[in-house]
Formats: sequence, structure tokens, C-alpha cells
Amino acid sequence: MSSKAAVAKTRIKNRIKDIVKNPYHMIILLSLISLFLLIVLPMIFMVKNTFVLSANELRRVSGKEVGDFTLYYWQYLLASKLSAAHLITPFKHSLTIAFFVTVLAVPLGFGLAWLMVRSDLPGKKWLTIGIMIPYMIPSWCKSMAWLAVFRNGRGGAPGFLAGLGINVPDWLAYGPTAIILCMVLHYYAFTYIMVSGALRSVNSELEEMAEIQGAKKMDILKQITMPMVMPAVLSSAIMTFSKAIGSYGVAANLGLRISYYTLATKMHDFIGTGSAQVGYCMAILLITLASGTIIANQIFIGTRKSYETIGGKGYRSTSIRLGKSKYSIMTVLGIFLFVAMIVPLFILLMETFQVNTGRGYGLDNLTLYNWIGRLEDASGMINYAGIFRNEAFFKALYNTVKLTIIGSVITAFCGQLLGYICSRGRGKWYGNLVEQLIFLPYLMPAVAFSAIYLSMFSRSYGPIPSLYGTFTIILLATVVKHIPFASRSGTANMLQIGKSLEEAADVAGSGFVRRMTKIVIPLAKNGFLSGFLLVFISIAKELDLIILFMTPSNNTLSYLAFEYSKEVLPQMADAISVIVLAFVLVTYLTASKITGTDLSKSWG
Amino acid sequence: MSRIELAHINKHYGSNHVLKDINLTIEDGDFMTLLGPSGCGKTTTLRVIAGLERPESGRLLIDGEEKINSETAFYSEPSERNLNLVFQSYALWPHLTVFENVAFGLKIKKLNSMAITKHVTHALERMHIGELAKRYPNELSGGQQQRVAIARAIAYSPQLLLLDEPLSNLDAKLRMDMRVELKRLHQELGTTIVYVTHDQVEALTMSTKIAVFSKGCITQLATPKELYMNPVNLVNADFIGNPRINFIEAMGKKIKDGIRIACSLGDYEFDREAFTDEIPVEKDFACIIGIRPEQITIAEAQGETLIPAIVDTNQFAGSETLITVKIGEESLMIKEIGMERYRVGQTVYLEIKPERCNVYAKASGQLIKCAGQ
Ligand SMILES: Nc1ncnc2c1ncn2[C@@H]1O[C@H](COP(=O)(O)OP(=O)(O)O)[C@@H](O)[C@H]1O
Ligand SMILES: [Mg+2]
Repeated sequence: MSSKAAVAKTRIKNRIKDIVKNPYHMIILLSLISLFLLIVLPMIFMVKNTFVLSANELRRVSGKEVGDFTLYYWQYLLASKLSAAHLITPFKHSLTIAFFVTVLAVPLGFGLAWLMVRSDLPGKKWLTIGIMIPYMIPSWCKSMAWLAVFRNGRGGAPGFLAGLGINVPDWLAYGPTAIILCMVLHYYAFTYIMVSGALRSVNSELEEMAEIQGAKKMDILKQITMPMVMPAVLSSAIMTFSKAIGSYGVAANLGLRISYYTLATKMHDFIGTGSAQVGYCMAILLITLASGTIIANQIFIGTRKSYETIGGKGYRSTSIRLGKSKYSIMTVLGIFLFVAMIVPLFILLMETFQVNTGRGYGLDNLTLYNWIGRLEDASGMINYAGIFRNEAFFKALYNTVKLTIIGSVITAFCGQLLGYICSRGRGKWYGNLVEQLIFLPYLMPAVAFSAIYLSMFSRSYGPIPSLYGTFTIILLATVVKHIPFASRSGTANMLQIGKSLEEAADVAGSGFVRRMTKIVIPLAKNGFLSGFLLVFISIAKELDLIILFMTPSNNTLSYLAFEYSKEVLPQMADAISVIVLAFVLVTYLTASKITGTDLSKSWG
Repeated sequence: MSRIELAHINKHYGSNHVLKDINLTIEDGDFMTLLGPSGCGKTTTLRVIAGLERPESGRLLIDGEEKINSETAFYSEPSERNLNLVFQSYALWPHLTVFENVAFGLKIKKLNSMAITKHVTHALERMHIGELAKRYPNELSGGQQQRVAIARAIAYSPQLLLLDEPLSNLDAKLRMDMRVELKRLHQELGTTIVYVTHDQVEALTMSTKIAVFSKGCITQLATPKELYMNPVNLVNADFIGNPRINFIEAMGKKIKDGIRIACSLGDYEFDREAFTDEIPVEKDFACIIGIRPEQITIAEAQGETLIPAIVDTNQFAGSETLITVKIGEESLMIKEIGMERYRVGQTVYLEIKPERCNVYAKASGQLIKCAGQ
């Protein structure tokens, strides 16, 4: 009996010793603790906060103290006279947007993917470039471009069309139509990327077989091709819906001018100027809605079996002949891409050189003032210097560069580390747990995710001071939000290295640290670099995630552009957008040159 | 049951000239094998016949009816050629069950459901996979998938069946069984079959005719037996047969009634009758003798016409034994049935029947003397 107890005791002791002494186990332990502290705990906190009375609402709830349990916030949101205005209407708006964006973006992405991958459309190379460009443009930049084209006189700065004398109605310039169209031109890329991947994996012999059996082209598409890429289409539809429902930047930039609110913009409103707790309640609803869509999809439809590689050797990819119609299809597509993608960017760029927007490109209306003008030379009502003379711009530039560099270094590093754990722990409990934990931030709309951090860190905990308005909180949120993406590329990188290489070193008697420094890190270098660059770009163009943390001292470029746009200073807003765009494009091109990284991977 | 004529077919992929002036006639009821190493254009030829690939020049007739005429830019659709195909990848539709896979073409042809069920069941039974009807392709083993692919191809008794390396994904034993099965199928259906493979054993065992491909050209068209006995050039001789044929360098000299060949094994004279048209014009020429390993017999006792040799290696391979011997510098491979065991270093005596040898001109690589029966 006692010997049994002694054995058990030694057993436990040895196990603990094993964990503590083995660096690998320590890393797993530390990662799990960090993930818990940075992801799970803040979520619990936010939920809890919505049930705790704060000082602002003290006088509205009688007989309670600050810190008491209360249902006031939820009641206010869900079951008060104001629910209709604060919740139901924005909810309807969000649903409408998400629905129409999905219905339009998915077929668009599918059609483009099919044409590019499977057909013999001429001029694919150029068309592909036209399709790829929108990947790189942040969605809020698209809304800037939209405004540059469609802004009507409202607020005193007409856009391109208004300048031509066309009377652009409010419903087209701002609000749901504008938001939906902008988002469609952004989110179609989801479907495009996923479906073209799926189409590429479809052996064209499957279609040829149907052709031999006498099926017509339409039948083949309907009965063979479509069902096989259906899983990809479905999951891109789900992703599109989930992203569109929680998107902030576009909805704010195009909706707020005519007081068209969505859940995300309303939530931002509450947190910024109303009752933060009600805002957090909305964030919870938003997260539930967005992640619920994805989770429900996984539960009910399941991760559908993928239809790749049945049978053995012999893979062919032959194009389907479009016949005579191919030239007209090419022309239509070319014009569409040109009008939808290139022209707005051109107008956006040109606006930065205009004295007065909407007055054409005559020499007398062109100026470099918006870029390099001094305040003392300002004409008319302008009270900002050109951005290169503007301190706010340089401050924002500094903040952006700082956040981007520090954030992407940390994220990429953590991504590789977590990728290591995920790849080596495949099928083990800790591997699965890590994989599921890091997936969580991915499910949440960025603006709601930042609300979680705001709720958790805008007060002090003992020695930890309040992080409100600091760089740290922005950095923290940025890193955690980008970790799913970084660790996915990390996992792929680590899987590629292969466990056997390490095991060989292990057998040869090298310890964990040596194995890491001599085998894993040297081999992981390239994957690390491309992972880093992709995160880098993604952070540089981020708006939704950081908007809640902005104070005058920690502005970033995207926020500054957004603010200028709100204040109807389109030239300034556009100039900054152009800078961000140029920055992103240059990084993309360099990245794909240096590392051969596929541009499409960083999209989101 | 159909007759296929390919005439002057040329096909390029970009600047890659893949099929070079292919002329081939496949008779009604033939089991024609296109044999050749990987990348020589066999699949492309099959796809041209099927209508999946459009050659830049040439004509294709099936049963006298024009299916391709490059001059008038006429290419009939695959579905109008009354043929069926088994791809190397099987190309089973993964989202359809076995039954639905086989039924697909019948539904397209608008058969009623009774007839469809009858045809499908019959085809599945013929391939001994009736019980798999409700499964999905990814729930089947490689061999079963393969049978489904064939069942689908024969469901509506096509006039012409095209098979592209159908056995290359199977393991050795299954491959053996399927060979028998395919041969049986050919006899039962009487369908013309065009069969692509890079495996010479498959070609020799199943075909009624073999077309040997090399770099986009057909170098030989022959029955299996003839191909084995008299490969028209050194490349084919080297490619056909396992273990490989022995090549011995020799010098040829034209004499009154034929040629005299001198090599390390001795001198041989061959009669004019056995010559091909490729015989060199020179009086003296370098040539190469080809001797199949099983054409050499080993005797342990000395004899008058026997050639002494020293045993170099000795590989036991079950029903047969492979022995290499040395005659001076020359090395020869010999195949003996049974479990003969020779000591390495032992001196043995070889018997070679000269009439069974092939002789090739060294300069052109072409066969100049056929092997007799
Ligand atoms: N779709 C294609 N595009 C370009 N080249 C091809 C294509 N298909 C085959 N080829 C080339 O044509 C040649 C012949 O191919 P194939 O007919 O498949 O050879 P085989 O079936 O004899 O192995 C090869 O060199 C191959 O690389
Ligand atoms: Mg092939």
C-alpha cells in the first residue's frame, strides 16, 4: 500500500521534472498560458463587464453601487424603447449588407475563377492582374475611391461624377448600395481564391470523361464541376457573410454621413461616445453572429470531404474552349475590371492633385499643394498644410511604421513557434488545443475583437496600469488578431521541415535547443521571411482593428485618412490613402520577388 | 467493333513536336497496344482518337467515317465517336456513387431507368463489383476503382475502348489478375481496344498487335511474337524483353550467298534469305548481334561447337536462374529454367543457335538479319 503510494509519488515527481526540464514542454506550457491570458480571459472579462454597473450609468439604476451585478445594459439593448433604433435597425442593416454582399460576391468570384482557371479566355495574364490588384487594396481605401467618384455636393466637396454635372443621388453615393458594392469588390476575392484553388485541383480528365459520355458543356459544369467545388463555394460564402457582417471601415465611411448604422458602426458609437458597456454587449452579439455562422456551418454541414486526388497518376489541366464568344467575354471582363478597379484608383490619385474636387483636370485646377503646400500659402477655407508639411502625417507615419515593424516581427515569431507546436502536436491534446485557441481571434470581426481588449485593459489591475491610449494595447491586439494567420503559415512551414529531420538529430544525441538552432531555425528561415512579410502588409493596412484604440497621440495613417475623410477633406484623405496603397503595393511586389510568396495568401 | 485509320497526324504543344506524322491502322476487333517509354506521345495519340486533342494536321477515320480532317478544320466531338475511355487517373467522379458513375453516360443518352439499372448492374457484375454499387470512389481500393472505371467504359457497349495505362496504379499481383480479366473482356465483347502502356510484359501478353512509339514516331508495328523475335532496331530490341537482350559487337563481311559475321563467340555465316532491306551497301561493316538470354543453353561438358565461358554471377529467381558469364571481355546474360546452380568462376560451355540471333547494322541501328523460327 505505502509502496504503491510511493511509486505514484515518484511518478508524479518524475512527470513534473520531465515537463520542467524539457524546454519543449515548457514552451507548450507557456504558450498555452499566454493564449489563455490573451484570448480566453479577455473574452470572459468582457462578458462579465456587461453585467457590472459602471459609474456612468449609476444614476440610471436606483439602489445599486458601482460594481454591482446588473442586467441594465442588456435590458437597455434588447428590451427597451430604444432597442429598435439601437439594435434592430442596425442589425437589419448588417444582415442586409452581409446578405447582398454574399449573394453578389460569391458568383462574381466563382465566375472569375472559372474563367481564369478552366477556360481558354485570351489575355488571361492581363485580366489576372486586374483581378489581383484588389487583393492588395485595403477595403477602406476602396471606400475612399468610391467617394472620390460618387461624392455629391453634400458637405461641399463634389466627386468626379458630380463634377461632370451628374446629379448623384444620396442613395447611390452613400448608404447600403455604396457599402454593398464596395464590399463586393473587396470580398469577391475570398471566393476567387478558394474556388480557383479548388478548380485547379480538379483533374480536367473528370470533365473530359463526361464529354466523352456525351454531356454538353453546361451539363458538365452543372453536374461535374460545380458539385466538386461546392465545398469551396460554400465555405467562401460563409466566410464572406461572416466578414461582411462585422466590417467597420467601409460601413462607417459610406454610411455615417447619412446616419446609416450597422452593428459595427453602432457599437463603435456606443463605445466612443455612449455607454461603453452597451457597446460591449453589441460586440458580444457581433462576435456571436459572425463566429456563429462559421461554427454552425462546421457543425451542420461539417468539413465536407474534399474531392481531391481520387485514383493515382495522370493529372491533366486542359482548358475548356469558349468558342467564338471568348473575345466578347474578354472585352466585357476587361471593361468591367477597368471601370471597377482601375478607374476609381485613378480618380482617387487625381483628386490629390486637384485644387477643388470635381472641377476637372484643367491646369488651373491642378496643384501640388495637397502634398507639399505650406499652411501660409493655403487658399480659401483650407486649414491644413500639405501632408508632407503636416506634423500629424509624420506622426501617423511614424506610428504606422513602428506598429507594423514591431507587430509583424512579434507576430511572425509567435506564428512560427505556435506553428511548431501545432505541427509537432498534430493529434495530441495540446496540439489540438493550441490550434483551436489560435483560431478564435480569426472568427471575430476585428472591431469587436478590439472591443474585448478595450474592455479588459482600460483599467488597472494591481501593478499592471491601465493600457488605454497606449501603444502597448494596440500592439497586443494587433499581434493576437494576426496570430491565426501567422501560425497557419508557421504550421505549413514547420510541416514542410518534417519531423524526421529532427528525430535524426535527436537520435544523434542533440538536445532541444541545439536541434532548434541547428536544424529547425535554419530550415525555417525562408518560410519565416514570407510569413513575416505577409503579416507586415496586413498590419500596415489595418483600420478596423485599431480604430477603437485611437487617441490623438497614437494615430496611424489609415486612421488619419479615415478622419480626414470624415471631415470632408478628400484631398488629404486621398493623399494618405495613396501613400498607404503605394506602401502596400511596393511591399507586395518586393515580397513576391524576394520570397516567391503567393500574394493571395495574405488576403483578409 | 470498329476500324480506325490515323493518317499523317502531327501534333505540337507549343514548340514541342509531340506526334510526328503518325500513320496507324487499327483493324476491327484488334487489341492494339501503343507501347513506349514515358513521354513518347502514347497518351496524346489516344486523346487524338478520343477527340480530346486536335492535331494540327492529319486525318482520322473511324469505320470509314471522317472524324478529323485538318484541311477542312473538321473535328468531331468526342461524344460523336462512339467510343469510351479509361484514363490513367480513372477519372471517377468523386461526388457520385459507383452506380451513378456508371449510369452517368446512360442518363445523358436518355435511357429509361429500367434500362439504366439493367446496363449498370450488368457492367458491374461483369467486373465482379456488383456489391460496391452504393459506395463512393474514395471508399474503394485502387483495384476496385480501376474496375469501376472499366465498368463505366463498357456499360453501353462502345464500339471502341481506349485504355490509358489502366494497370499502372495497381500492385504486381493485381496487375496480373487484371491482365487476364482484360483479355477475357476483349474476347467476350469483341470490341476494338486501343491500349496504352509502357510495360512491355502487358503489351506482349494481351495484344493482338503492338505499335512501338519512340519520341513521337511509330517505329514498329507487329504482332507480339514478331516484335519479340525481330525488333526492327537496337532501341526496340533493348526495350523489349526481360531480362534484356545481349548485344555483341561484331564485324560483317559480304560473301557470295550472304554475310559472314566475326565476333568474340566465333564466326557465323548467314544466308541472304534472312536479310532485311536495311543491309548496308558497304562490303565490310560493323554490326551488333542480339541474342536473347533464353536462347543460350549451358552445358557442363565440353563439346565441339560449344563456346567455353566463365561464370561471373548467379542469380536465383524462383522458377528461373539468371547467370552471367564472361568470354574474354564479353559479358553475356543467360536465362535457364529451373534451379541450376553454377559456381562463380566455374568454366561452362555455351550453345548458341546462330539462326535465332538478330543482327543489326551498327551505323544505322537497324535490323539487317531476322531471327528464324
Ligand atoms: N497539355 C500539355 N501541354 C504541353 N505539353 C504536353 C501536354 N501533354 C503532354 N505534353 C508533352 O507531350 C509529350 C507526350 O506526352 P504524352 O502523350 O502524355 O506521353 P506518354 O503518354 O507517352 O507518356 C510529353 O513530352 C509531354 O511533356
Ligand atoms: Mg501517358
